[in-house]
Amino acid sequence: MVGIASYGAYIPRHRLPLSAVGGRAAREGGPEKAVAWNDEDSVTMAVSAAVNCLRGLDRKCVDALYFASTSYAFREKQAAALVARALDLRRDLRCADFAGSLRAGTTALRAASDAVAAGSARCVLVVASDCRMGAPSSGLELRLGDGAAAFLVSDADVIAELDAAHALSDEIVDLWRGDGDAFVHSWEDRFVLQEGYVPRIVEAVQSLLEKSGTHVGDYAKVALYGPDQRSLATVARKLGVAADSLCDPLFGRLGNAGAAFAPLLLAAALEGAKPGEKLLVANYGDGADALAFTTTEKLLKLEPRRGVSWHLERRHPVANYDHYLKARGLQTAEWEAPAAPGLSATIHFRDRDNDISFIGQKCNACGAVQFPVQRVCESCFAKDDFEPYRLSDRDGRLVTYTFDYFFPTPEPPTVVGIVEIDGARVHMQLVNCPPEETKTGLPLEFEFRRIHQVGGRPNYYWKAAPRSSD
Amino acid sequence: MSRDGIRDKVAIVGVGCCRFGENWDQSPSDMIVDAAYEAYADAGIEDPQKQIDAVFTGSLYSQAGPHECADALKLFDKPVSMVSNYCATGTDAFRYGVMSLAAGMYDRVLVVGYDKPKDRGVSGPSVMMDGVRDLPKTPAGWFSLCAATYFEKYGAGREDLARIAVKNHHNGTLAPKSFLKREITVEDVLNARMISWPFGLYDCAAQTDGAAAVVITRSDLARHHRDDPVLVKAVTIRSGPNPQKDPGNDFLSWKPNGWAARDVYQQAGIADPRREIGVAQVHDCFSLTELLAYEDLGFCEKGSAKEHIAAGTFELGGDLPVNTDGGLKTFGHPTGATGVRMIYENTLQLQGRAGERQVANPKLALSHNLGGHPTACGIAISVSLNARSRTRSSPSRTTSAVTPPPAGSRSSGATERAAVLSEPALRLNDRSGCPEPREGLIYRGIGPPGGPPLFQEGVSIRDFRSRV
Ligand SMILES: CC(C)(COP(=O)(O)OP(=O)(O)OC[C@H]1O[C@@H](n2cnc3c(N)ncnc32)[C@H](O)[C@@H]1OP(=O)(O)O)[C@@H](O)C(=O)NCCC(=O)NCCS
Repeated sequence: MVGIASYGAYIPRHRLPLSAVGGRAAREGGPEKAVAWNDEDSVTMAVSAAVNCLRGLDRKCVDALYFASTSYAFREKQAAALVARALDLRRDLRCADFAGSLRAGTTALRAASDAVAAGSARCVLVVASDCRMGAPSSGLELRLGDGAAAFLVSDADVIAELDAAHALSDEIVDLWRGDGDAFVHSWEDRFVLQEGYVPRIVEAVQSLLEKSGTHVGDYAKVALYGPDQRSLATVARKLGVAADSLCDPLFGRLGNAGAAFAPLLLAAALEGAKPGEKLLVANYGDGADALAFTTTEKLLKLEPRRGVSWHLERRHPVANYDHYLKARGLQTAEWEAPAAPGLSATIHFRDRDNDISFIGQKCNACGAVQFPVQRVCESCFAKDDFEPYRLSDRDGRLVTYTFDYFFPTPEPPTVVGIVEIDGARVHMQLVNCPPEETKTGLPLEFEFRRIHQVGGRPNYYWKAAPRSSD
Repeated sequence: MSRDGIRDKVAIVGVGCCRFGENWDQSPSDMIVDAAYEAYADAGIEDPQKQIDAVFTGSLYSQAGPHECADALKLFDKPVSMVSNYCATGTDAFRYGVMSLAAGMYDRVLVVGYDKPKDRGVSGPSVMMDGVRDLPKTPAGWFSLCAATYFEKYGAGREDLARIAVKNHHNGTLAPKSFLKREITVEDVLNARMISWPFGLYDCAAQTDGAAAVVITRSDLARHHRDDPVLVKAVTIRSGPNPQKDPGNDFLSWKPNGWAARDVYQQAGIADPRREIGVAQVHDCFSLTELLAYEDLGFCEKGSAKEHIAAGTFELGGDLPVNTDGGLKTFGHPTGATGVRMIYENTLQLQGRAGERQVANPKLALSHNLGGHPTACGIAISVSLNARSRTRSSPSRTTSAVTPPPAGSRSSGATERAAVLSEPALRLNDRSGCPEPREGLIYRGIGPPGGPPLFQEGVSIRDFRSRV
């Protein structure tokens, strides 16, 4: 039995009220969209979703990692390898990036299932994450949101078995981003819907139903990618999806999260599912994908994880449009980004266990945990006698802090503090932590974030966040 | 380790200091010439090319190396070296000069500290980044890390810090060469814009250009230069762990402060710093840095600083005047210059030449630098050769709250102390250094908040160091 063994999600905490777009006053309670902040991108969201997916599981079981996204900082240089390193996965890991299409997430999911079915991997981690931008104040800006979903595809402890899948491919220039384009372009909406989205999704789902000998009414939940409420309704009507089985597309809460959109809807469907239910997910982009699952009893055994609803609850409304523009680097800067070569790639490589995996060390002589990796023990001065010690998934505690108003950030101040993790002390920035809630002793957890962009490249590291309940 | 290595072997015979400030129209060389020629004149040196045997310079920002100073002063065919040790750079340059004389290498040495941060095009501090791991951060951001913890434990608050700023601003108005010459009130401090909590604008040292110089000699040659030379009594530098990763840090004090103080007091035979030291210049890059120095250097008991601040202990007329010229607060902190500027001030104070801000007959003077994260502390103690002939005008120093040096002077120090104190004149000068710069980048400029170019121009510390 091949299917999904676990899932996780990540939706950025920042929500841009759609009323604020264009610089108008934000209205509380109206429609909004989730926006990655200046220290988030598709890679950081992928890591967070994957951490949620792997919660309670042995990370060493993962044989392959597929990263699906249309928005990654590098044209040449793999994201999956970076995500894998941040997760501290095994080194003999097969990694691949699925890119270029909004269908990348479901395509990766199928590829993972195929690999498991074929026996070439037992556990494949699939992470779909996207962070696309519409031009400021455009219609697309109102619609696009950011997020990530992760699935562990396996043949053991499956919570949702993959029953059937259908894919079809088509050539159409409907939505695109060329080399160097910051924003998504779209051909005329009506053309996109009438010749692209509506017929392709309908065709994929109908073929799937035919292939699997099922009826749309058999499915307790139908998760459909949709560019907007109206076209989604058109598709649902054409397919005959009952209103109570159509999954909430989260318009006005999440926004269209690109390659992660349909995967997030699938994660949301799993969250609310009962064992023995049929789920259908359909995705669109240069053709369409449809996948059918049946949930199993194992669903009840999966320990609670941070899924879509958990993240949707956790909101931080952006106070004004200007902050959003700053966070996304959309404000004209007085200075061009420097042509500096950036941080030494040699040092980045040498320190990747520390910086990317957030691995410290434990002294075999005195047991002291310390960070970063050092040759001589900070406590007992023993030399070269350490075990690696991963800090990223431990509990932390705030020792002391300051609010830095000088450090450039869209929403000053930046909370910076000394964090204690099993005895190790680390100087870190805090996120999700307003000054009024910052206090010594605060329990903390850790999130992978962009730390800066020296040299025009994103540089990643970990930040601390107040520990949340699940 | 020999404890008598330095004591009384070296004398300060000339001091000079340029005006600190936004010296737009001065190059580093211009400032070096101002400071050095004032020191020459002070020392009665008429032919520096012949009379100066060696030069130690200190600068953090300069990329030109020791040649910048040698060329400015046309001191060729001489040993000229440059020292870089973060905020204790000036103190460290002085320490090397003192050691070279004590070793008998030279007769007369020039020490020059200078820096020119205002040529970088940014008014504030650099946002520094040591690689990926260490955050882009500012000195205010790391010196403030003792605040939450200290406030919580000892019940102090921003008002106590504010009084330090008010004091230093006042002292600065009396120092001809200071940059900020404006009295401020506690309300001004509390209402100013926040830089890094709890530091508002006035809790921060200013950012300036400056240069300071001292001429030092073997002490047996000192009287050739002037009849009131100042002797170097002790010099120390103590490294400490990076407090940001040190598992044992309580964030109530900076460890190297206490270590350096213990060492330098032992060298100088000082048992009761608050009574024995007549004037002190301590590192006040931020108001809290000065507060912690009071306690860490044994000027008062741990946790009692706020009472002493309220009582005026460290004001010009107090028991132990601190930062008599307004400190880094009003002079700014051109990094390499600061330690040397402190020695300039202490020398003037010991020689009774400090004008309106003159402290009544100080005998021993201490200067203190704290550098890095902070990870190193340097302290210099100097003494006037004429100290014996002076009497303190404020005989009634309170003896309450007398605190032993933080880590405790060894008991064997008692005899040593007695010996030292019975000497006609105590003179010490003690310097300590700063943390080693780590691999990384110093960034010039900060982009608009949130804008993509967070940093303008980077200079790798490694490159930078290899150039110096
Ligand atoms: C606090 C700080 C950020 C202010 O810089 P800034 O915001 O760029 O301020 P500006 O230079 O634009 O000056 C604005 C005004 O404030 C005054 N000012 C600047 N810094 C000041 C300070 N520290 N204290 C009092 N006044 C100050 C200026 O003189 C100016 O006044 P004016 O308009 O009357 O001439 C800067 O002084 C600083 O970074 N200090 C700390 C330096 C440091 O970190 N040193 C390293 C220690 S280890």
